[in-house]
Amino acid sequence: MFQLNKENVLNWIIGLSLLMMPITALILDEVYYVNLASRITILALAGVGLNLALGYGGLVSFGHAAFFGLGGYVAGISAHHAFEGTNFLSVIIEIPGSDQMLLIWLVTIILCALLAMIIGLISLRTEGVYFIMITLAFAQMIYYFAVSWPTYGGEDGLSIYVRNQLPWIDTYDAMTFFLVCFVLLIGGIYTTSRITGSVFGSALQTSRMNAVRLSTASIEPLGIRITAFVISAVITGLAGALYADRIGFVDPSMLSWHRSGEIMIFVILGGVGRLWGPVAGAVLFVCLEVFIGGVTERWQLFLGLVLLAVVLFAKGGLIGLVAGKARHV
Amino acid sequence: MSEPVLALKNIVKTFGSFKATDDVSLELFPGEIHALIGPNGAGKSTLIGQISGSLRSNSGQVYLNGRDISALSVAKRASLGLGRSFQVSSLALEYSARRNVMLAIQARQGSVYRFWQPVSKDLDAIQQAQSILEKVGLGDRSEIVVSELSHGEKRQLEVACALALKPVCFLLDEPMAGLGPEGTEKLIGFLDQLRSEAPILLIEHDMDAVFRLADRISVLVYGRIIMTGSAKEIASSKEVQSAYLGSEPAC
Repeated sequence: MFQLNKENVLNWIIGLSLLMMPITALILDEVYYVNLASRITILALAGVGLNLALGYGGLVSFGHAAFFGLGGYVAGISAHHAFEGTNFLSVIIEIPGSDQMLLIWLVTIILCALLAMIIGLISLRTEGVYFIMITLAFAQMIYYFAVSWPTYGGEDGLSIYVRNQLPWIDTYDAMTFFLVCFVLLIGGIYTTSRITGSVFGSALQTSRMNAVRLSTASIEPLGIRITAFVISAVITGLAGALYADRIGFVDPSMLSWHRSGEIMIFVILGGVGRLWGPVAGAVLFVCLEVFIGGVTERWQLFLGLVLLAVVLFAKGGLIGLVAGKARHV
Repeated sequence: MSEPVLALKNIVKTFGSFKATDDVSLELFPGEIHALIGPNGAGKSTLIGQISGSLRSNSGQVYLNGRDISALSVAKRASLGLGRSFQVSSLALEYSARRNVMLAIQARQGSVYRFWQPVSKDLDAIQQAQSILEKVGLGDRSEIVVSELSHGEKRQLEVACALALKPVCFLLDEPMAGLGPEGTEKLIGFLDQLRSEAPILLIEHDMDAVFRLADRISVLVYGRIIMTGSAKEIASSKEVQSAYLGSEPAC
């Protein structure tokens, strides 16, 4: 079952390093790096979500910020009402806010799934560059909606004054919060690995390799793609909810196309369609951001160079560079 | 005579003012190999597209076991038992030969919306795929990634994928194309037996194979079927010779 090949060894190294980083930081009393590890973990989870659609399904979504931001706004709006003791909705039925993460995650899952279904039903009838543009258009629509919605801060965003809660767990503790994020990341990766190895995963990957083969094998590609798009959106949405809780703030920038691009960069840097690719990509991205960003504001120039090098010389991203081409049997 | 498994009734396909398929009717009966031949540009590919569902007919119907499938998608037609192979191989290149075959088996045996159990543990499907691959002579190549298979092996795998659907009829588009003499010989023997499983509509350029295999032959020229008959009738027909054999020097 578990094969000791290069990629698996590499995955273990990445996973354990990510886990060791905040532990080491805690011992050295550097809470900043614990929070940084949480940031990496959350961004990686967003990438893991996109990877299912982009990497395994070949669906180049340029609108995943919509789900990331939606998750963020669910956390933000819910916390806002819970903090003020007001209702989200008081017409016909009353829906109060909540500061419970589990409930927020559940709502995020449901809303992201619904949104992805709507976007998917329209955008997945197209392919290639049209698909990219339609997903982008949807995300931008939601972005401008958030900007122009004064109830929740509009352009200025919304603060989460008290971090949302989990039962029996102190989410305020930096290390605890990291572990919560880490568990969700591992959950996302495990889910991806199960899905990609399943019958559905075979169909999804076949739809990427050759959609004609899929329909000839009596499987409708559209249903497969929409389902994958929904699962992918849900995972990215959960990352968004965590992201807002980590910084205690949500604003429309979580929904912007820059964000969509960033999530895509994690996947491409790490290795498209590689299980741990988004984690490797997020680690590299945040390292560049922090370490080169600490020296010069123009750190994105270097990000661009690295991205260029990866696209030109290492099609399989960082994972591909070390572990070689992906193999399916 | 028994009911046809596959029947085309007056189907038409036009591209602008050009009639690619002009009022074609054709029947495929149980147990037979019905070959469709015609010079290049006769409209064979268009006709196959209309039967398999990738092209919509302007008018006319396609019946599979008496059911009108004219408005159904490619996938739906496949699930009703239309097993197709392509002129140019259309396979999932990054997957092994076995995984390509397994997909059709698993789609037929249950939902494809199974998200959790690993395919690699579906021993039943693996075993079935293996026996199908052995049937087409790829038994020892089942774990090879498709992109590493030879051209001929890909052709065989196409047929295996069609077989995996347990179809009620086969639609084989030039299965011999690019096969060496030995491969062709093997495939002829295989198709000869296959007709007892399900009838075959065979589109083929290899005239030798067609005349050896086909129970009936239809000749398509400029989108019209100019004649349908036994191999002997076709070979001796003046009309066919001038329209088809005569217009294209033997090569």
